[in-house]
Amino acid sequence: MSALPSLLRLLEVGPGLRTGFLRLLSLEPVQRPGSTTMTAATADFARATDVDKGAAFLERLPVVLRDWIASFFPESLRWVVGALLAIAVILAVFGSLFALLTLAERKVLGRVQNRPGPNRTGPFGLFQPIADAIKMLTKEDVVPREADQVLHFLAPVALLGFSILTFAVIPYGRRLVPLELDAAVLYFFAAGAGTELAVFMAGWASHNKYSLLAAMRALAQLISYELPLLLSFVPVVMLAGTLSTSRIVAAQAGWTWGFLPHWHVFTPWGFAGFVIFMVAAVAESNRSPFDLPEAESELIAGHLTEYSGFKYALFFMAEYFGMIALSGMAITLFLGGWQAPLPFLEFVPSYVWFALKLLALLLGFIWLRATLPRLRMDQLTRLAWKFLVPLALVNLGTAAFWQLTAHWDGPLSAARWVVAAVLVVGPFLVLGRGLTAGIATRTYRYA
Amino acid sequence: MLGTGIIKGLAVTAKNLVGSFHDPARYVTTEYPEQRTKVPENYRNFPFLITENATDPMGTLRCVACQICEKECPPQCIYIEKSKDKKPDAAGKLQLYPAVFDIDTSVCMSCQICVEVCPFDAIKMDQVFEIATTGRFSELILNREQLAKDNGYFHSIHPTEAAEVDTRLAAERKASEEKARAAAAAKAAAAKPAASPVAPPQGEPRRSPAGEGGPKPAEKDPAP
Repeated sequence: MSALPSLLRLLEVGPGLRTGFLRLLSLEPVQRPGSTTMTAATADFARATDVDKGAAFLERLPVVLRDWIASFFPESLRWVVGALLAIAVILAVFGSLFALLTLAERKVLGRVQNRPGPNRTGPFGLFQPIADAIKMLTKEDVVPREADQVLHFLAPVALLGFSILTFAVIPYGRRLVPLELDAAVLYFFAAGAGTELAVFMAGWASHNKYSLLAAMRALAQLISYELPLLLSFVPVVMLAGTLSTSRIVAAQAGWTWGFLPHWHVFTPWGFAGFVIFMVAAVAESNRSPFDLPEAESELIAGHLTEYSGFKYALFFMAEYFGMIALSGMAITLFLGGWQAPLPFLEFVPSYVWFALKLLALLLGFIWLRATLPRLRMDQLTRLAWKFLVPLALVNLGTAAFWQLTAHWDGPLSAARWVVAAVLVVGPFLVLGRGLTAGIATRTYRYA
Repeated sequence: MLGTGIIKGLAVTAKNLVGSFHDPARYVTTEYPEQRTKVPENYRNFPFLITENATDPMGTLRCVACQICEKECPPQCIYIEKSKDKKPDAAGKLQLYPAVFDIDTSVCMSCQICVEVCPFDAIKMDQVFEIATTGRFSELILNREQLAKDNGYFHSIHPTEAAEVDTRLAAERKASEEKARAAAAAKAAAAKPAASPVAPPQGEPRRSPAGEGGPKPAEKDPAP
């Protein structure tokens, strides 16, 4: 399970140095078989997973399969095999999800615009992603003569690399966490922020002033939206008291009155946080209506101007991976992770619930793209700095109020809901009015 | 309130997404190569030559190689060479015919001026739009064999115009026959006393060269 300590063991690093190093990374030593350094919280998690020992076979299937394959290898290599298997599964599953998502996006966009979408390659156009891949792979890879050859090559690779890194800490199901980190949420957003570096690398290395300007604009957007993205999940971390993704999911287990899940999205602060998170996630993954970095119908292609062939495809792969990863993180933080929505639905394996929620959120991304026109750069930054950031800051207070009044019950419970709802809706209305102040209703005159 | 417009917009797109599956009025796409919509009657793209008889297209071309269209064509895309000999046309009159009639479709701008000026209703506008070729030069130049299409085809693509042309041509033919008969009768009457040899009727155009929009043949005085 725990790749890092084992890696350090392989390197024969002293135990003192190892714990010091892990402290430095704010990673606590994670549970290992026979280890005595298990923390209270991990023990909690272990106990929680012990309860479902008798759970359905399907639920245990992925872990059973991994252990079965690992059992063919010597004991000392099993953690490597386990990690490699996780990497292979992530690449295969999300690689094919990316392919199908491109098709689904074009199909849904087509239907929204009352046309059939791609339907020529294979039944229902199912082979369209394969055709696209062949086209991209066989296209000429043009590199400008003046470009920084190394950086120009490294930018898409780094972008994709950072995007894939984020998949490591998302809990895809009960016990299906590729990498169990105590600072998983921090790791996720640190790796995600690396993509901004890659975007600027692409703009700089192209040796093209338009690429460079576009990369600077993209950077301004990504950094602006990094802030509401991070602030919106701080209440989750505050209330769950942990940065570990699996423990955040575990904190959302259970139902009120047997049907209302304890997901964060069903609390006033959680709902506000979820909406802010999703808006910022749309901007972070360069999706419409925040797709200014690319803006295919207005700019040439932004920082992608000098890219062609498969490198161009890599940028889009990274965009979709970023979208999938951010959706996965939104599910983990606000939508109860792999938890079933109702108690009697628990027989469905947890990873199926995760997949369903993921597909629903991805459809939401596509739906949004089909609906909204692109924002202007000033509107974009104004939305981030004058609306989302203050809202997210207020939301911190709402979450604190919610946590401090957790013991209120009876009529006080209703008062708790009302106060929290006012704390969420009030700032939204006030800030929303400020955002649209001075903008009269536009009347269109047709010639 | 901020956000209501977004929700309204999302409702509209969702309605279209669902509606395209069950509402044929929304889903208007025609799957082109398999399904085809009929092009409007007035649609036109490139000219073609009319023949009277589909079994002998080169022998029954209406074109008499008068070269008016070649001279009038604004982008100069028509090339005509007159024949050395004469062939009888549909009315039995001896006429020249085009030995070469080429239209460069890469130059043609579909202005229909050739059709407007043709005094013989020999060139009309076609509706074939699948004209992709594998070459840029010789494949885009259509020769007279490729251009010749029979009158039935003209009726199938432009029924109104074809019916009008046919009635007009029939009236003209009738008028010219009557005129020829009257001239022959007059000649015969004049020849009796004079006993002069009967001259053949003058080879005059079947109708006024004013073309379409010109004076109608019915208004012309059929008397000699």
